Amino acid sequence: MIRAFRALVARDLTLAARVGGSGTLSLVFFLMIVALVPFALGPDLNLLSRIGPAILWLAAVLATLIGLDRLFQADEEDGSLDLMTGAPAPLELVVLAKVAAHWLTTGLPLALASPLFGLLVALDGTAMAATALTLLVGTPALTFVGAVGAALTASIRRGGLILAVLVLPLMIPTLIFGVSAAQSALGGTVPFATPLTILAALSLIAAVIGTFAAAAALRWSE
Amino acid sequence: MSASPSLWTRLSNPGHFLRWSGALMPWLVAVSLLALCLGLSLSWFVAPPDYQQGETVRIMFIHVPAAWLGVFFYGSMALSAIGTLVWRHPLADVAQRAAAPIGAAFTIICLVTGSLWGKPMWGTYWVWDARLTSMLVLFLIYCGIIALWRTMEDPNRAARAVAILTLVGAVNLPIIKFSVNWWSTLHQPASILRMGGSTIDPSMLYPLLIMIAAATLLGVTLHLYAMRTEILRRRVRTLTIREAERLDAGAPALVPGPSAGAAPLGQAL
Repeated sequence: MIRAFRALVARDLTLAARVGGSGTLSLVFFLMIVALVPFALGPDLNLLSRIGPAILWLAAVLATLIGLDRLFQADEEDGSLDLMTGAPAPLELVVLAKVAAHWLTTGLPLALASPLFGLLVALDGTAMAATALTLLVGTPALTFVGAVGAALTASIRRGGLILAVLVLPLMIPTLIFGVSAAQSALGGTVPFATPLTILAALSLIAAVIGTFAAAAALRWSE
Repeated sequence: MSASPSLWTRLSNPGHFLRWSGALMPWLVAVSLLALCLGLSLSWFVAPPDYQQGETVRIMFIHVPAAWLGVFFYGSMALSAIGTLVWRHPLADVAQRAAAPIGAAFTIICLVTGSLWGKPMWGTYWVWDARLTSMLVLFLIYCGIIALWRTMEDPNRAARAVAILTLVGAVNLPIIKFSVNWWSTLHQPASILRMGGSTIDPSMLYPLLIMIAAATLLGVTLHLYAMRTEILRRRVRTLTIREAERLDAGAPALVPGPSAGAAPLGQAL
């Protein structure tokens, strides 16, 4: 089972690195949104540094959506999803491996690159570290919630828009606690650890619900 | 449900359901209309205007029942989703499908009356208050569920997909409610809504309770009616497919012929 898991993760990472993969593309999209916000709000660095964590989190939520519609759809189209469904490994494991690979190619790079992009919105060192840490803890929740939508829309043509409509309301708690954890590191009455632990709890809950619901959606879509 | 399975099985057979709900429908319509007239007249003429809010407090008699029904129909959809996934009962799916637009409509009524109430009371149509925001998110989830239905053509596949989405939403709704509460208290002092603190005076409470009961009756009536329509719609669909198959007999089967037609025929709605 561990070998199957590893093989699936390696396969998806290879696919993401090759031509047509969305590995670096979501990072570029992340940068694009962060760059767009000052054009809308004006180049006021004080304002930008105050709402910087919120900008980064919003950009992360949107960037997570970008590759999601192809998470299961690509495998559904070329038939490899049927092979995975028929494989001796449980479908939940397949989902877990695919989501892990997707997170490694979108969520993790976003969290790692966020200090760099924090420079663009004039975050100081503490805020940068806090935002990067919250993104590291919180983006798995986004990916797991998104996986449910991706599994539900796997066989729908042009499923990207409906996927966004389905999963964005479910991402609201993650966004709330991600931003409030990042903000509380800057000062305020709430200690940093409280929203951060809730964020970690949200990621764990999403991992359980997301894995089982996505596997159920894939199994019953036949 | 498990107390008398034979009775339940008989009642939930789609054909039987059409018969007993058809007999019940005029009575339900009459009772809910009567209750609605009683509740509305009580809330318009009998209930006193509030000493602070004046006549605008009468919006409450629409607003609170609508909010209750918006949540009630999501709960019934979650129960139906379990019925769809566990027992694969066609009527559970029909019930869920019929409930979604009604629940969404009551949620939007709650939002609109809430913002109309908010204008004279808070001076603005919209406040990012925890309760308002939770209802807005509930409405967005309703929209997502309805949208997913509209993109899937085969009712059986759509039923299972929507059931999974409904259950995921049902698990998430308490989390959303909790986090929105946290977010709202973090962003602004929680002193806007005074209603939670003080209990409602009996002169307003009884009209409100009657209105809630009347609205629930109305909602159930609408739901049963929508379920009947949905069953008939599916019968028409099955008959159309059968007709097409009959016409195609002899000719090589078209792509959407037997493969898509077999599932709804097997369900025999």
